Amino acid sequence: MNYEAVIGLEVHVQLRTRTKMFCGCENEFGAAPNTRTCPVCLGLPGALPTPNHAAIHLVALTGLMLGCEIAPRCKFDRKSYFYPDMPKNYQISQYDLPTCRGGGLEIMRESYPKDAQKKVVAGRYIRLVRIHLEEDVAKSFHFETASGIDFNRAGTPLMEIVTMPDLRSPEEAFAFLSTLKLVLLYGGVSDADMEKGQLRCDCNVSVRPVGQEELGTKVEIKNMNSISGVRRALAYEIERQTEMLRGGGRLTQETRRWDEAAGATFAMRGKEMAHDYRYFPEPDLLPVDTAAWLDDVRRRVPELPLARKRRFVEMLKVSDSNAGVLVADCALADWFEKAVKDVTNTQGVANLVVNDLLRELGAAGKGVTESPVAPEALGALVALTDAGRISSSQAKEVFVEMFRTGRAAAEIVTERGLEQVSDAGAIGKLCDEVLEGNAPIVVQIRAGNAKAVGNLVGQVMKLSKGKANPAMVNAVLHRKLGL
Amino acid sequence: MSAPSSIDVGYVAQLARLKLSEEETRRFQGQLEQIVRYIEQIRRLDVAGIEPTAHAVDRSNVTRDDAAAPSLSSEEALANAPVRANGLFMVPKVIE
Repeated sequence: MNYEAVIGLEVHVQLRTRTKMFCGCENEFGAAPNTRTCPVCLGLPGALPTPNHAAIHLVALTGLMLGCEIAPRCKFDRKSYFYPDMPKNYQISQYDLPTCRGGGLEIMRESYPKDAQKKVVAGRYIRLVRIHLEEDVAKSFHFETASGIDFNRAGTPLMEIVTMPDLRSPEEAFAFLSTLKLVLLYGGVSDADMEKGQLRCDCNVSVRPVGQEELGTKVEIKNMNSISGVRRALAYEIERQTEMLRGGGRLTQETRRWDEAAGATFAMRGKEMAHDYRYFPEPDLLPVDTAAWLDDVRRRVPELPLARKRRFVEMLKVSDSNAGVLVADCALADWFEKAVKDVTNTQGVANLVVNDLLRELGAAGKGVTESPVAPEALGALVALTDAGRISSSQAKEVFVEMFRTGRAAAEIVTERGLEQVSDAGAIGKLCDEVLEGNAPIVVQIRAGNAKAVGNLVGQVMKLSKGKANPAMVNAVLHRKLGL
Repeated sequence: MSAPSSIDVGYVAQLARLKLSEEETRRFQGQLEQIVRYIEQIRRLDVAGIEPTAHAVDRSNVTRDDAAAPSLSSEEALANAPVRANGLFMVPKVIE
């Protein structure tokens, strides 16, 4: 029997705000332990929370980017549990009136793992259940005989995005998370750096016989902190569950932990210990009416990566693969847009950016914002090619020099005498010379072998040391041969 | 919604991390059942068409600007910690 996987994700995203969710402590990664705390985020008795409106706006912005319905009124609730990372014994979250409901995200083809491009299913749309806002908890460090707690992270605005069980493979989950991360970066909602724990993910996964409507027994894998880890954990878990069912075993609904080093998942807590969070409305906080400010947030919705890619392909005639590379990095796509501003040959610019600029940046270990070549300067280089002053292969050479020295294209072209020869008289002379020296080929051509002209074009180019305008050489030779 | 008028005091106490004596459990059993019965009366009311109350105070959008305020020093934050090390609150080892 063949089995298929059914996967849903709960994605936790730390929001990019200056301060925490309910107090004015700085929302900052990497400060010395317990130096960004106050009575509110330490959970001291009597301290009262006040919501950061920037955080609420960012959740609504995310909802608008993902096509969610924004609740006209939302509120906060207490989720009760006991754990040292949450000393007031409840986490402020949203239960029955979250900020966003519904919506979804179309997975981008480029978001699939490089080694799984064959598994791409075009246009997969993953529906969302909801997006709600809560506070992050403190960070725990586990030592041999004790645990240590740092409250700098406690109270960081944390958004939870819950998907429908629409995902069908580890590769799809990987791709969904990659596209989602890109959208979050485009919106400036989060830095979404998984190494800093700014994007974390719980995976719900079950398997069922292909064709069966009913869902299988669900297993939750907690707190994944890398997109490739999610893929590996899901692959392991799907295999484990499928083997169990094939062997006639039964699965139990449980929470498991992914151990990266062991490459396996391990059971954490069983169903008998199922949590009862006793949600109730947070009496310290008033409800939020979104209508009062939603239009302001609506104006902040950016063009999303997929729409931008389509525009690059349709309006700027960029190839699909180049467009995919460009939009995968918002800063690179911005850079490209500046470079094509006054250029008609937008394809030429895209090629230089994707092939040459990225190669040089990679070799220099630099990001696009640190490029020694300004976008306008690259545009000027492509304009020289378009005007026929240099060939496209010379343009690549000039670009390397521009990157090395930061100098303008025109300056380098003049200095190196690279200027392409487009003078009809000069090209005519070169052509005559080649035609005289290649009588046998000329005979072949006259006998009907028109393809042999290419050989002659090559010889004229060689004779001109690569400077002759190839299109003109081709035209002149054709004319002289009466073709 | 199912409406049990009995309540499992032991379970509720466990959720709240309370250790009750047998006598306390019996006493609270009676008191909490009374409260549950009272809630049952409210549940019998017809509330169709009444908007749920999010808060007893009729106000909304009481928020603050995203502007930083001073934090406590690490010394102040840790002042009540029974045990500390390297700027961390030390607690019994958490096993998950």
